[in-house]
Amino acid sequence: MSNGTQVYASRGATHALETAGAWVLGLLWMLPLVYAFWTAFHPAEFSTRFDLLAPLTLENFRRAWDAAPFARYFVNTVMLVTMVLAAQLVLVTLAAYAFARFEFPGRNLLFALVLVQLMVMPDVLIVENYRTMSALGLRDTILAIGLPYMASAFGIFLLRQTFKTVPRELDDAARVEGCGPVQVLWKVYVPLARPVYLAYALVSVSFHWNNFLWPLIVSNSVETRPLTVGLQVFSATDQGIDWSIITAATLLTTAPLLIAFLLFQKQFVQSFMRAGLK
Amino acid sequence: MTRSAQWLYGWLLLLPAMALLALFTHYPAVATLWHSFFSTPKGARPAVFVGLDNYRNLVEDPVFWQAFSNNLWFAAGTIPASIALALLMAVWVNGRIRGRGLLRLAYFTPTILPMIAVANIWLFFYTPEYGLLEQVTRSFGFGTHNWLGSQSTALACLMVVTVWKEAGFFMIFYLAALQSMSPHLAEAAAIEGASRWHFFRRVTFPLLMPTTLFVLVNAVINAFRLVDHVVVMTRGGPDNATSLLLYYIYEIGFRFWDSAYAAALTMVLLAILGLVALAQFAFLEKRTHYQ
Amino acid sequence: MNLDRSIRVIVALAAAALALAVPAARAQQAVEVPFYYPVAVGGPITKIIDQYAADFEKENPGVKVRPIYSGSYQESITKALTAVKSGEPPVTSILLSTDMFTLIDEDAIIPFDELVKTPEDQAWLKGFYPAFMENSQTGGKTWGIPFQRSTVVLYWNKEMFKEAGLDPNRPPGSWKEQLEYAQKLTRRDASGKVTQWGVQIPSSGFPYWLFQGLAIQNGVNLMNAAGTETYYDRPEVIEALQYWVDLARTHKVHPEGIVEWGTTPKDFFEKKMAMMWTTTGNLTNVKNNAKFDFGVAMLPAGKQRGSPTGGGNFYLFKKSTPAQRDAAFKFIKWITQPARAAQWGIDTGYVAISQAAFDTPAMKQYAAGFPPALVARDQLPYAKAELSTHDNQRVTKALNDGLQAALTGTKTSEQAMKDAQREADRLLRPFRK
Repeated sequence: MSNGTQVYASRGATHALETAGAWVLGLLWMLPLVYAFWTAFHPAEFSTRFDLLAPLTLENFRRAWDAAPFARYFVNTVMLVTMVLAAQLVLVTLAAYAFARFEFPGRNLLFALVLVQLMVMPDVLIVENYRTMSALGLRDTILAIGLPYMASAFGIFLLRQTFKTVPRELDDAARVEGCGPVQVLWKVYVPLARPVYLAYALVSVSFHWNNFLWPLIVSNSVETRPLTVGLQVFSATDQGIDWSIITAATLLTTAPLLIAFLLFQKQFVQSFMRAGLK
Repeated sequence: MTRSAQWLYGWLLLLPAMALLALFTHYPAVATLWHSFFSTPKGARPAVFVGLDNYRNLVEDPVFWQAFSNNLWFAAGTIPASIALALLMAVWVNGRIRGRGLLRLAYFTPTILPMIAVANIWLFFYTPEYGLLEQVTRSFGFGTHNWLGSQSTALACLMVVTVWKEAGFFMIFYLAALQSMSPHLAEAAAIEGASRWHFFRRVTFPLLMPTTLFVLVNAVINAFRLVDHVVVMTRGGPDNATSLLLYYIYEIGFRFWDSAYAAALTMVLLAILGLVALAQFAFLEKRTHYQ
Repeated sequence: MNLDRSIRVIVALAAAALALAVPAARAQQAVEVPFYYPVAVGGPITKIIDQYAADFEKENPGVKVRPIYSGSYQESITKALTAVKSGEPPVTSILLSTDMFTLIDEDAIIPFDELVKTPEDQAWLKGFYPAFMENSQTGGKTWGIPFQRSTVVLYWNKEMFKEAGLDPNRPPGSWKEQLEYAQKLTRRDASGKVTQWGVQIPSSGFPYWLFQGLAIQNGVNLMNAAGTETYYDRPEVIEALQYWVDLARTHKVHPEGIVEWGTTPKDFFEKKMAMMWTTTGNLTNVKNNAKFDFGVAMLPAGKQRGSPTGGGNFYLFKKSTPAQRDAAFKFIKWITQPARAAQWGIDTGYVAISQAAFDTPAMKQYAAGFPPALVARDQLPYAKAELSTHDNQRVTKALNDGLQAALTGTKTSEQAMKDAQREADRLLRPFRK
């Protein structure tokens, strides 16, 4: 981890000041989440009063759980995220392999076209994509939520870089043993790119778990809604807003990701770092 | 492998991904342009060619201009702030500050939460009279303020939420870049007597340029793509003070069902993103020449 | 031995298949009636609706009612229209009474007249309060059946009234009194900051609804019955807006800027203001959560008393089979029976939609113990149709934007209303031919 930090580390008063600054910012950063925890675990009367001796309660969670079919939303979200990731892994691997190791006319043009999606995400084209989905007869299905994202430009880009760094000798060696191109992909390239796959998987899962606008438009019924849309439908009613229940519902929907993140912090951070380095 | 075999394999491997990309990115972009020249089909009435009518409406629409300028202000407000904060956080977390593991956790957590959830929590935060922010400002002696209900502060409040959510995400990339810097650079600079600030300005920051570029592009795209918080916190109000382009497109297309006008609006958004892409491309070209 | 076991497995599988098939076959025979419903007031509405569905199915085997919760009113109309456009519409839904023209224009609904054949049905249709039918009928046909209807009412904190030296049992009866009371009820602390507002009228999301109260009280409604014209820039309307703006900016008895609808009841419970305007649908919510003595009153009179009606009607969707329509119609009649309508009103605070419902023993008993339950009904003679036009969402948004501009001070009342009228005229022009 040494990278000049020892050389240029701050000392003395500056160091104390910096530590203080960093900590204040850190506390500020956690504040909204802490606030949400406070409100969710205490009865409604204490949602705005910070009496430290206030009684804890799980009632808000129970009421939130009863008020909307969150179990079903969880199932939908897990199905969506899994479906998208599985499709992405396959499509992205094949495409990246093609770009990295094959010469064919139009390769550069096609790669440029792929990069377009980095800028112009399906979210921006909601009106047209919605029209396409209805033409395909896929409105209000989980498949429809995931389909526009399955060919992920980010994934293709990432994996292409990774595959390019695989030494050609390994490729040739496998070829000598009689492997066809696809077998070479499976035996040589994929295993070597495993850390990148993990990184990509984590990025993809958090992105699609948290995606909102497109799922809002495409899903209509309870059987299709993912958690984000379910939470919005639940808390957007014109009724008197009960913050305790809404924060409880909010924590419920974010709990899986949050817990996974806390347990696998290091991997999460490494993944995002790796994804960015490329 | 023979050349034709290469071609065949290349194309076949690429086909599935390309097909989906074409269907959901390239085709819609073109189709949007096409549909923006027609009227909206309603009930039994089919769409009719109307030329530039939708664009004329767009130019005369005060709400569009409001959404457009809001989005520009929004970008100007969130992009530099989140990048600067991200860099600061990365430097701190990278240094010898005690408890930096926890700090990194604190800074990064907002990123993995869905914006919808975040927006709900912040909505509570901003509630006038007894929201948390109010309680803090009141303890400092300020009067009550309607944060989300005043045109002067509503957009700024949304910007704060966005920066809070994004800074940690960008921090990670800076962290990666900082950690991959060779330690010899610092040693060499120290030997030459460079000050800490000097070292940062002349060595670290230029070396971070690729990361900054990457983060910048991401930030710009997000400034135009993320409207979840508008849906939850203000629904575009008060009086369109927080309406952003994509949110307006969503309103026009899916609440008022005026798909032709929505197509014209989308073209504006695509044009902006296209400009950004060109700028990034041009900048990259310039840099590679210097390498 | 193997054959024996195989046979046993086959028999078990066949039995399992039969067990699954029989209910499936029965389900295939059942008529499905999916319907979207919004939840716009506090309370365990979802549970109540699910219970209704279950009770109806018990009395009517062969019909499967499928309630689908669809969020707020705005989201519900979006979802219903989305479903219509995708070819999988619901059979019936509870949507805003004001969405009538939009639904007709999208060719999504059919009028009820073809199903109202017997004398009992006709008597049932005539039993609804006329105020609620104003937004349910057009062109001589009935397009919506009232279900969860409301009016705006004034809630007041009796304890605060007492503290301010006002008679706790006398709500303000006129605009003048409302202002005077509010001035007495607004409290400031030593540094001049307000700790308690006199009156609060929410202005987020759909300010047009509460504003309509003020307009009607000043003598004019905001649109014509055919839904092709709006009157946003009439002098009486501008005057009404100015009254509201003055409450906040001139007299300072009302919070400035946009007041959030969703948190207004909570503000009331937290004693942040003494009087609030909100839907009668929040009555049960207030009753359960206000830890002080409170009253409910008709809105104060300007030149006259007035309030818009509000809430949702049942609509019948076009893309449904005759069997589904009959089943849905039966369900709608069933759910609007006086006894049930009365119970729904008691459980939620919505106004029971027919005189017969108010005459039921359950409602009479409830009203005897809790008189505020009758206020909304007593206001009905003064209630007028809620703002409803073609392209309703957009025409309403023009007004909402204007109201918010005036309330935040970015435009004068006159300018805001003139701009809103201009936009509304532009949108309604195609419908005036």
